[in-house]
Amino acid sequence: MRETEHISVAIVGSGGAGALTAGNFLLEAASLAGWHGLLTRTVGPQIRGGEAAALLRLANRPVECLADRIDLLVGIDWLNVDRFGAEIEIGPQSLVVTDPAGGDLPAFVSRAGARSAEVPIKDIAKSVPDGRPNMVALGVAAGVLGLSEQDLSAVIEKRLAEKGDKAIDASKAALKAGIIAAAQLDLGLRLPPPKARDAQCWLVSGNEMTGLGAIRGGVRFAAAYPITPASEILEWLAPNLAKVGGLLFQAEDELAAINMAIGASFGGTPALTATSGPGLSLMTEAIGLATATEIPVVIVDVMRAGPSTGIPTKSEQADLNIAVYGLHGDAPHVVVAPQSIADCLFTTQWAVYLAEVLQSPAVMLSDQFIGQAVAAIDRPADVAFIGRRATAVPQMGAYKRYAVAGGGVSPMAIPGMPGGQYTADGLTHNERGIPTSNENDHRVQLDKRRGKLEQFSYGDHWATLEGDGEVAVITWGSLTGAAREAVNQLRAGGFAVRLIAPRLLLPAQPERLQAALEGVDRVLIVEQTHGGQFHRYLRAHYDLPIEVRLLNRPGPLPIRASEIARAVMEWRS
Amino acid sequence: MSTAETRTICKPGDYKSDIKPIWCPGCGDYHVLLSFTRAFAQLGLRPEDTVVVSGIGCSSRIPAYLSCYGFHGVHGRSLALATGLKVSRPDLTVVVASGDGDGYSIGGNHFIQACRRNIDMTYVVMDNRVYGMTKGQPSPTTEPDFDTALFPGGTGLSPFHPLVIALASGANFVARAFSGEPNETANILVEAIRHPGFSFVEVLSPCVTFRPDEREWKNLVHPAPVAATSDPAKAARRIMTDDGFNIGILYRGERRPYQIKAATKAIDIGELEKDFAL
Repeated sequence: MRETEHISVAIVGSGGAGALTAGNFLLEAASLAGWHGLLTRTVGPQIRGGEAAALLRLANRPVECLADRIDLLVGIDWLNVDRFGAEIEIGPQSLVVTDPAGGDLPAFVSRAGARSAEVPIKDIAKSVPDGRPNMVALGVAAGVLGLSEQDLSAVIEKRLAEKGDKAIDASKAALKAGIIAAAQLDLGLRLPPPKARDAQCWLVSGNEMTGLGAIRGGVRFAAAYPITPASEILEWLAPNLAKVGGLLFQAEDELAAINMAIGASFGGTPALTATSGPGLSLMTEAIGLATATEIPVVIVDVMRAGPSTGIPTKSEQADLNIAVYGLHGDAPHVVVAPQSIADCLFTTQWAVYLAEVLQSPAVMLSDQFIGQAVAAIDRPADVAFIGRRATAVPQMGAYKRYAVAGGGVSPMAIPGMPGGQYTADGLTHNERGIPTSNENDHRVQLDKRRGKLEQFSYGDHWATLEGDGEVAVITWGSLTGAAREAVNQLRAGGFAVRLIAPRLLLPAQPERLQAALEGVDRVLIVEQTHGGQFHRYLRAHYDLPIEVRLLNRPGPLPIRASEIARAVMEWRS
Repeated sequence: MSTAETRTICKPGDYKSDIKPIWCPGCGDYHVLLSFTRAFAQLGLRPEDTVVVSGIGCSSRIPAYLSCYGFHGVHGRSLALATGLKVSRPDLTVVVASGDGDGYSIGGNHFIQACRRNIDMTYVVMDNRVYGMTKGQPSPTTEPDFDTALFPGGTGLSPFHPLVIALASGANFVARAFSGEPNETANILVEAIRHPGFSFVEVLSPCVTFRPDEREWKNLVHPAPVAATSDPAKAARRIMTDDGFNIGILYRGERRPYQIKAATKAIDIGELEKDFAL
């Protein structure tokens, strides 16, 4: 049996068969054993009765992207699983566990020439009172991976506690039967024994980390309108904001949600709303209002494939253009993007901080991949960014809400403060906030709003910069994990390659990127769009070396680390 | 309603800002502004604890002409903005100003949802049955045969009936006022602001520039012949059958206002992490 750095597992089945539950339990048990792991789910559009796959990658180090190939594929049944063929790459070395009662092997499996082993999952489940096939499948996967029955039983007891002892006992019995059935199977691979952890282990999704980052940053009001794949942020915030004395409020649409958030923030409460592309489209007018009235607000966009309704359950990076350029008029604002599940915590907290300190809307571009994936991560370090806007202590009659002196950020009066009364106005206004169509007032306030964003020092958080060499891979957002893995592979093979991934997309940081590109003569741009939006963004805001190549693809197929590494290698030779 | 209700701390003039309104001479909104200041003075509201929120249109310019806090937001979304403000700052008195285009057309759904939620705020719609700021296009309350450049010969559409919509949607206080009677309008506003929950006041406010025929309204308005009812079905029947110039408080509901959760004793943020740890 060969030792390997990482093992990938897929558990698939028709909707309701419980493949995702089995995947979640498997990740949690592996985390208890001490491994790191990443779990993504891929589902059809149906809420019930579709098909579902849990894709899991386990390793002895943090995992930020999927592997090229699935090593172990367990099919609870094969109904409609062909639809996922392109997302579940298997090869001749892969082991496929199939239940003869679950239908014929899908074409993409038989084509791959993988080893297959028959396990009568349904019959085994039937042999256990109240046994469910997904728990048998979990046992099979656990047995093949060598996970302990004890860890899995602990997970079952914790996660099914509300269902009662009967359900727990049935699941444990089905699990055990699956482990026994797996005794005859040999994957030919095993992970090295887990290393002792440096930190507490968290089992989290990016959307949950976004919620926590918001609260840590100081958000105490969230306006919610449900949308896939952002709803989990709002559903996490609803009970947890209440626990810290805050409030989540459901709006009638996204137009209302963003305006509610702005209204709350005008009243002095740091506020956020979360949505996806269609909702961001509806919110853009009011984001411009927040720019004009200089009211802090955070808008999280968990990107999905577009345009229009697109593919709600699949990831893409194609909202970059609307986030950067979507506002009418000259409307400077902040755009940031988290780079991993763990980084959703930091970047959201930072977005709140920037919005508050700069009195500006801040758009955070997360995506379905990091939003809905679950990972076993080390507890992220605490960061000091807590949103604190400058508030005014106005003197009666003398207060200028939009005073230009003092670097562009002018102290904000909050309702309740005597002498601070002003009208926040989307109309062009002067220093006092009074509407004007005067050319000078207009320019002075445009200068003020741009200046405060451009003069601010964003620190080293503006980008991830790793390695050196004459070739740079530039990417952003959730692709940073795959790019990092590719760069690390290349460097292990003796190639000097660097990784550049801006976390701050707006305002652009030309001098910093210039410094990061010092000595680089070739740039590979990697992005998950059809139209090369990030490439055009970089061209618009930065000077790039002469030799630039683009590796891009729309969703939903992720760009793999191996593709990035291959693109660099091919270019070198 | 803020705690300052019983104290008269300002005269009506103290609620006016030093900004000169952009309204046309003769516009009904001047009198609505006067009614606002009289009502605020009568209630003894503190300017710093009072926020007037609006959208876009002639009537929505009103916040800047007052000495309270104000928000002149985007077209149609004033109620949403005010809702976020009020639920996060229940201590403030929130009044929303709008017009028939802003409130009933682009903002129509927010109107329905705000009535339904019954949050303690007052919604004042200055209805002149025309888009004045954009020079005379038909609004949801414009008569079907009113001739405009955008719709020569008239829209042929029956006007929207905001008071009935408000009742059906759950508003807790419904009144109709006329800008030409600023004292009566101020009295209605006082009652509206005092009444718990969502109060809706439709103010007939003539646009003398694009609807000179509305100068005639002063001869058409008359006090409501009967006192306000607390029965929404009765109120709806009366409003559906009146002549549209019935002035006064038409409905006082007894619905429980939306309960804004008082800030509870906050736990330590570190506690939230417990859900994540293995």
